[in-house]
Amino acid sequence: MKIHEYQARGIFASAGIPVPRGKAVSTVADAVAAAEEYARPVMVKAQVHVGGRGKAGGVQYAENVEAARVWAQKILGMDIKGLKVNTVLVTEAADIVTEAYVGIVIDRASKAPVIMVSAAGGVDIEEVAAKTPEKICKLAVDPQMGLRAYQARDLAARLYRDINLVRQAADIIMKLYDVYWKVDASLVEINPLITTPDGKVVAIDAKINIDDNGLFRHKEIEAMRDLDAEDPSEHEAREGDLSFVSLSGNIGCMVNGAGLAMATMDLVKHYGGDPANFLDIGGSSNPQKVLTAMRIILRNPNVRAILINIFGGITRCDDVANGIVMAYEELRPDIPIVVRLTGTNEEEARKILKKVNLESAATLDDVVKMAIKLAESDAANVGRVA
Amino acid sequence: MSILIDKKTKLIVQGITGRDGSFHAEQMKKYGTNVVGGVTPGKGGTKMHGIPVFDSMQEAVAKTRANTSVIYVPPPFAVDAIYEAVDAGIKLVICITEGVPANDMMKVYEYVKANGARLIGPNSPGLISTDKSKVGIMPGNIVKKGSVGVVSRSGTLTYEAIWALTSAGIGQTTCLGIGGDQIIGTNFIDVLEMFEADSATKAVVMIGEIGGTDEEQAAQYVKKHMTKPVVGFIAGRMAPPGKRMGHAGAIISGGSGTAEDKIKALNAAGIPVAASPTEIPDLIKEKLAMKKAASAGKKKASARAKAGAKKKEEAKKKKAGKKKGATKKTTVKPKAKTQKKSTKKR
Repeated sequence: MKIHEYQARGIFASAGIPVPRGKAVSTVADAVAAAEEYARPVMVKAQVHVGGRGKAGGVQYAENVEAARVWAQKILGMDIKGLKVNTVLVTEAADIVTEAYVGIVIDRASKAPVIMVSAAGGVDIEEVAAKTPEKICKLAVDPQMGLRAYQARDLAARLYRDINLVRQAADIIMKLYDVYWKVDASLVEINPLITTPDGKVVAIDAKINIDDNGLFRHKEIEAMRDLDAEDPSEHEAREGDLSFVSLSGNIGCMVNGAGLAMATMDLVKHYGGDPANFLDIGGSSNPQKVLTAMRIILRNPNVRAILINIFGGITRCDDVANGIVMAYEELRPDIPIVVRLTGTNEEEARKILKKVNLESAATLDDVVKMAIKLAESDAANVGRVA
Repeated sequence: MSILIDKKTKLIVQGITGRDGSFHAEQMKKYGTNVVGGVTPGKGGTKMHGIPVFDSMQEAVAKTRANTSVIYVPPPFAVDAIYEAVDAGIKLVICITEGVPANDMMKVYEYVKANGARLIGPNSPGLISTDKSKVGIMPGNIVKKGSVGVVSRSGTLTYEAIWALTSAGIGQTTCLGIGGDQIIGTNFIDVLEMFEADSATKAVVMIGEIGGTDEEQAAQYVKKHMTKPVVGFIAGRMAPPGKRMGHAGAIISGGSGTAEDKIKALNAAGIPVAASPTEIPDLIKEKLAMKKAASAGKKKASARAKAGAKKKEEAKKKKAGKKKGATKKTTVKPKAKTQKKSTKKR
């Protein structure tokens, strides 16, 4: 799960990492009030879950209160890569001498948190990583031993020569590592970590991604979820304990298991079709889940055919078939549905599906080809107005 | 033979009184797995499907001498269950639970390693050594005894692949899911190494998916160290970057972990990648036929070489026999052998 910069900087601040004064606001009047309170130049920063917002014009420097008003007006409501800006962060503008990068990310290969630092911080850090990876220094921390002070000093010394700055940066790296563990992060990042003319090291940006699997013990972070920033279908799916990702095609997919769901989508593409979504109904086969899944798929006006692929193991095919019948009766879908159910209680499932005149295809490849054919045919498009 | 589990496996089910634990304890027992006990704190002394339940792993291991455990407890308690199993001396722990925090896994991974144990999962469907033992949640009716090893990051997709093999008449030695999470106890390379060492396994199917670089590393390993043919499948060619596709580990991040990269790496290592799970059996047949042809060629060549060597040796012996009369010895040996055989028959 992603949280906004203003939420992440709040967590940084309470961990003792120096950040400039700032306020998250959602109206121009409040933005102006904040600028007046600070009585000096400010930054107005769009709060959206997308990278590159600065380059998209969502981060602006305001010399005075009037400029802050103008920028707040422009940025609030702005569209950045398809996301609407509802909140801006107004912070004191800092005088910047140098910009560095500090990040901690979970590393699958070394099975450890890896700390990355670079003296070449700022908006182009991704380019630095791609073109001059030698400018980024990495350290995999033994999760049992934890980050030791000497390691943090060594990393900080890669950023600065001045011992005064090294000490401050080492302290920030230690605190950032603590934050990483405390909130069950999968990524924490300060970009840029700046130095000021009076010799202070300050985090003027903050980013935290949380491991979804760790959220059960962080109600305070779950409460930070920005529902406006999410696809409503993805939100409904999560509430219904389903995994859903929307895509741009016209074949709605409903599958049990993430790997099989991906493989089914791939096969749709392989045979010349285009999937409208990824949807995993999970391991249990509660008919209610099938109903929710169907509702989510049908909400997408681009969908021309629905493909249901179930490999019954733990999931019982008859349960899924009951869910399909329920969905038929309740939602009355006006587009063709093709089904392939195999495995546990397959025979019972076939009988149940007869009630709504559905037949199960023999193989995965067959059902995919059927779905593509139906999605392309005119019949599928008759009752459907996009 | 098979890998990791067989008839010697003595299994404890952690979380045996829960919905999933009790259901699968019964399924495993039906398959023929030697389920010697279960653990649920506070339920010690009771029975579940005729299986004794204990309060702790320590007690369960002491009373049953179990060597393997499988975990069905909910995510908040799963990491504790892994520590408890390893602490009780279990050397093979299979964690089925989905939703275990990745940072906790990094710590427990180190602990498992330091104690000389092996962890499979979390978020694993478990494994089956055909006709011997089944641990986890894989359906037992789709497998068939044979000589192909199957290793996968997925659950139902693995069943699909196994079913394709079985339907085509190709049986399996062991089928194993390593789990769909970011931090897992056993990676592809670990399993490939075991299949390479297992005499009954003649070929391997490796089913990967987007996210991480485990498949790329496995491809390198196959190229350098494996003599057995490997066939691949990669799920997630259609997945958009930055979105978690169900599994916690199935995410393309920072441009790495794409299906395209993985397929390239596998192909470069001589591993054909199926476009559909239903293509896997044919790829296996092709690979095995190629290997047979190659080894038949080698055998012919080596047979020729051996025959040549034999002739030379015989010629030498003849010469030696003529000189020293050593032919006696060579005639005595076969006699002794036939005598032994005949005594066995009686």
